[in-house]
Amino acid sequence: MDRTWNNKAWFMVLPVLLLVAFSAVIPLMTVVNYSVQDTFGNNVFFWAGSEWFEEILHSDRFWEAMGRNLVFSAVILVIEIPLGIFIALNMPKKGWGVPVCLVLMALPLLIPWNVVGTIWQVFGRVDIGLLGYSLRSLGFDYNYVNDPFDAWVTVIVMDVWHWTSLVVLLCYAGLVSIPDAYYQAAKIDGASRWAIFRYIQLPKMNRVLLIAVLLRFMDSFMIYTEPFVVTGGGPGNTTTFLSIDLVKLAIGEFNLGEAAAMSIVYFLIIMLLSWVFYTVMTAYDAER
Amino acid sequence: MARIDCNHIRHAYGPHPKSDKDFALKEVHHAFEDGGAYALLGPSGCGKTTLLNIISGLLYPSHGELLFDGKDVTNLSTQERNIAQVFQFPVIYDTMTVYDNLAFPLRNRGVPEPDVDRKVRETLEMTGLADMAKKKARGLTADQKQKISLGRGLVRSDVNAILFDEPLTVIDPHMKWVLRSQLKQLHRRFGFTMVYVTHDQTEALTFAENVVVMYEGEIVQIGSPAELFERPKHTFVGYFIGSPGMNVMPVEVEGRSARLGSQTIELPGVPKAGTAGAIELGIRPEYVRLGASGMPVSIRKVEDIGRHKVVRASFEGRDIAAIVGEDEDIPADPRIAFDPAGINLYADSWRVEMGG
Repeated sequence: MDRTWNNKAWFMVLPVLLLVAFSAVIPLMTVVNYSVQDTFGNNVFFWAGSEWFEEILHSDRFWEAMGRNLVFSAVILVIEIPLGIFIALNMPKKGWGVPVCLVLMALPLLIPWNVVGTIWQVFGRVDIGLLGYSLRSLGFDYNYVNDPFDAWVTVIVMDVWHWTSLVVLLCYAGLVSIPDAYYQAAKIDGASRWAIFRYIQLPKMNRVLLIAVLLRFMDSFMIYTEPFVVTGGGPGNTTTFLSIDLVKLAIGEFNLGEAAAMSIVYFLIIMLLSWVFYTVMTAYDAER
Repeated sequence: MARIDCNHIRHAYGPHPKSDKDFALKEVHHAFEDGGAYALLGPSGCGKTTLLNIISGLLYPSHGELLFDGKDVTNLSTQERNIAQVFQFPVIYDTMTVYDNLAFPLRNRGVPEPDVDRKVRETLEMTGLADMAKKKARGLTADQKQKISLGRGLVRSDVNAILFDEPLTVIDPHMKWVLRSQLKQLHRRFGFTMVYVTHDQTEALTFAENVVVMYEGEIVQIGSPAELFERPKHTFVGYFIGSPGMNVMPVEVEGRSARLGSQTIELPGVPKAGTAGAIELGIRPEYVRLGASGMPVSIRKVEDIGRHKVVRASFEGRDIAAIVGEDEDIPADPRIAFDPAGINLYADSWRVEMGG
C-alpha cells in the first residue's frame, strides 16, 4: 500500500498530549513520586521503595475502610438499580407528565454535593430536623450522630435520594426508544406484563443499564462529600470510607507517602472493579 | 379463520370529533370474507392503518362495531380476538432464538410443551426457517426477521386473521418478490383470511384477490385488480392505480357526446344518471391511441421506460399521457383518438354508468 509518511502530523496531537499531561499524567506521577519516598519536612526526601505500599496493604484501617466501601456500593446498587428501573417503567411516556417528571427527577442531580450533605445533615437532626424529629416523635430511637446503624441508613438513603434519578433518566431514555410496534406485537402474542419487561424492555435497556451500573459503582466507591458533611466519618470510624480516610491521612496527618500509596492502590482497585463489571456485563450481552 | 364484518366503523383520534374532517376513518362498512386475501391500498394518511388497528384491537373505534364470524368482538382485547399482525418493521424478541420466538405466543397461552414443539416445527418448515431454529433472532437479516414476525402469527392454528401493515417496507426489492409469492402460496395452501395494508399498487395488485382502495378515510372502491384498472369508481382510483395514472379532464356532456374545448368526443353510451355538477372524462393512457388521425395534440416529451413509451402531450390546453408501443413511431403531425372501451365518465369525482 502506498502511504504518505509525514511526521509533522504528530504536531496535530500535541495540544491533546499537553492537556492530558497537565490534567492527568503529571499529577499522577507526582503521586507516584510521593508514594516511593519519605520526608521529614524541609523538602528533603528519602527513597522508601515499596515500604508505603506494604504498610497500606497490611493496615487494618485501610481494609476496614475498603470493606465499608464495598458494602456501601453493593447496598446502593442493589437499591438504586431496581428502584430506578421501577420508576422509569412507571413514568408517563407522553403528555404533560413527561416534562414534570423529568424536571423532578433531574432536581437532585443539579444540587451541589456538599449542599446535599448539608440538607440531609439538617434534615436528620433530632432537635430541629424534619426527619430526625419526626422519627423521634414516632418513638424511634433515631440518632445518626451516635448510632452507627442510623448513620449508615442516613448516608444510604441520602445517596438513594441523590442518585436514583440518574438511573431513572438513563433507563427512561432506553425505554422511550422502544417502538410502539413491540408493545403491540407483545399484546398480540399474549405476553404478560412480566414477559414484556423480560423480553422487550430489559434487553432494550441493557446498554444504558451497563452505563448506569458502572457510573453508580464508580461514584459510590469514591464517595466523599456527602458522608463527610453529614457524619464526618463517624460515629467512630463507622462511616469512614476510603476517600475520607485518604483525606484524613494526607491532610489531617500530613502523611504524604502513605496517602500517595493509598491513592494509587485505591485508583487501581476502582479500575480493576470497573473492568470486571464491564467485562462481565458485555460478555453476558454478547452471549445473548 | 373467520369472516370479519366492519359495521359502520368510524374513528377519530381527537376526543370530540365535530365535522367529518376530524375523523381519520369516516365510515367503513364492509365485510372481509373468510379465507379471502385483501389488500388495503391508499396513500399515507388515508386511514388504512387505522382500520387495520381497529380490526386487531389495538385501537378502539369511536363508532360502529366489529364482528368475527357474526360475533361482536368490539369490546374484546387484542389477545382475546386471536389475530396475528405483522408490522412495518420486524418485531422480534432479540434475546431469544428463532425457535423460542415462534414458541412465545403459544407458551404465553399455556400450551403444553409437546404441542408447542410440534407447532413450532411445522411453522419453521412453512416459513423456511428450519435450519436457523437454534440461532439468536437478533443476528438475522430483515427478511428473515419479518418471516419470524409472520411465523409467530402462523404458529397459532386458530388465528382468526393475519393482518399485515406494510410488511415489506424494509425488505430489499428482490426479496420482496420472494416473500410476496411465499405469502400467496401460504394463503393458497392454508386459506388464512389475510388483510394486507400497503401504499404500493404493485404489491396490492399482485397479492390480493380483492383490493380495497381507501382515500381520505373512506373506502372508494373494492374490486379485483382488473376492475380497478378498467372501471375506476372514483377519479382518485384512476390517478392512484396505473403508471402513469388516468387522464381526467372536465367535459360538457350532451347525449352521447362530450365536448372538450373545440373537440367532440364520442361516448360509448348515454350517461344513465343526471349529469349535473362537475363532469369529467377519464381515460387511461393505455386507451389513448396516438396516430395520424383524430384530434390534434402537441407532444411535450416522450419517456422511454423500456417496455413501452409514455408520451406526454398537450391536448386542448391540458396535459394528457398516452402509452405507445416500444417499436411504434411518433408521427410528425400527432393526433389522438380515444378507444371507447376505455372511456369513463365522472360526476363530482364518482363514476357514472353509461348505457345504450
